[in-house]
Formats: sequence, C-alpha cells, structure tokens
Amino acid sequence: MSLSNVFGIAGSAMNAQTIRLNTTASNMANAESVSSSVDETYRARKPVFAVQQADPLADLQSSYGPEAGQGVQVLGIVESKADLRQEYNPAHPMADEKGFVYYPNVNVVEEMADMISASRSFQINTEILNTAKQMLQQTIRLGQ
Amino acid sequence: MAISFDAALGIHEDALLHRARRAEVLANNIANADTPNFKAKDVTFSQALNNASDTMSIKQVATSPGHQTALLDPGLAADMMFRIPTQASVDGNTVEVQQEMARYTENALGYQASFEFLNKKFTGLKSAIKGE
Repeated sequence: MSLSNVFGIAGSAMNAQTIRLNTTASNMANAESVSSSVDETYRARKPVFAVQQADPLADLQSSYGPEAGQGVQVLGIVESKADLRQEYNPAHPMADEKGFVYYPNVNVVEEMADMISASRSFQINTEILNTAKQMLQQTIRLGQ
Repeated sequence: MAISFDAALGIHEDALLHRARRAEVLANNIANADTPNFKAKDVTFSQALNNASDTMSIKQVATSPGHQTALLDPGLAADMMFRIPTQASVDGNTVEVQQEMARYTENALGYQASFEFLNKKFTGLKSAIKGE
C-alpha cells in the first residue's frame, strides 16, 4: 500500500534533518574551540544527503509502473575543507611556538541559516506525515 | 442477477489507488527537498485514468513466471515524469517545496473526494442488499 510508504519516506526525511540539526549544533558549540595546531583544530561538519532508491525488483513486480523513491538517506558526514581562522596572539595560553592560535572554520551565520532551513524541512515533513495518517484513518472506516 | 462489485464501484477504486500512489511520489519529492541533484517527479492523472479505463487491444500472455507483463505497459514510460522547475536551484535540485506542498494537499482532498464516492457506493449497495 503506497500510503504506508509515505510514513517511511517522511520518517527518513525527518531523520536526515535531525542529523543536519545535530551537526549544526556541534558546529555552533565548537565555533570558538581554539587549538595550537592545524591538525587538531575542529572543522565544520556537514551531512551528505542522497536519494534512497526503491528496490528495482519492486519496480518490475508493481502493476503501476516505476515506484517512487524511498525517501532520503545520509551517506555520511564530511568535514569542511575551508581555511581555518589563524590568529597571531602570543599571549594566548594555546599559542604555538610562532605565537599563532587556530580557530575552527565554522561560519556562525551560515550555521544559523542552515539550522532554520533544517527545522522548517522537519516541520513540513511532520505535516506530510499527519496528512497521510488522516488519509489512512479514513480508509480504515470505509463502508461504515 | 448477481451484484458485480467491479461494475458497481466504477472508476473510484482506481482513483483512490492513484491518489495514494501520487501521495507517495509527492512525499518523496518533499523528503528530498535538500538533496543535491534530485529531480522532482510527478504522475499525471489523465495518463493514469487512460491506463485504468483503456483495455489494451493486444495482450501479452505470460507463459513463464519470469515474464514481466509490467514491462510492456504503454503507460509505464509516460506515467511518471520529471517536473520542469520555474526557478532552478544551483545544486541541481528541482524541488519547489511550496508547490509540492500545495499539490500534496490538493491530492489529499482528491483522495477524500474519491473516498466519499466509494463510501456512498457501499452505502447504496448495503441498502440494496437489505431491501430498505
């Protein structure tokens, strides 16, 4: 039944958006985590989204032609390759021998926008879920 | 005279199935609103209606369980189509969430209408059986 697939699809999207919110929270929390070397510095983390394809066998067996995809999946979380913020501050307790401290490449404004976008997408998917739930509940009452 | 459920229920049964399938396709579009290079898809109602009401003049006979009758369905190719975006996105994503949301709501209302028609058919059949 296609309507119950909507639950899986919207659920996968909500899950993906939650992961996106989690990475944003982690980036924001570590936005000012200084370190004394380039390798140890925290880098902004971003999730990679991809379509979750339907089972190709199901396509052949269905009498209604090709199936819709099965929602969204998170392929992994990658670290941003943007340059780190380097600051000359010899008085800083974390300064290296040349007097530099390194700040993460987290752009707080970008993260805030990302957070709002993720929470809106989450809301829309709960809306989709609710509508599908109502449609199914109605179907159960058929013939009464 | 026997009551034929197929004849009594008419097109509404197929319409309900189509609406349920379209809900799935639209939900998938919205779920992938943030996926790079995702292309939004939709199923056309008129095409599905033709498929449901037309009877194919030449039928494929499956003589072995390995034969795939679905592959010869003429509606298969034209049924699901990619949407043409009004504002293409930089990352190759063609989902316009507001539009998809509007279509999803419209589809849910269509489902409700088809459901009501079907429900009334059943009520009618029931009163015919009881002879009230």
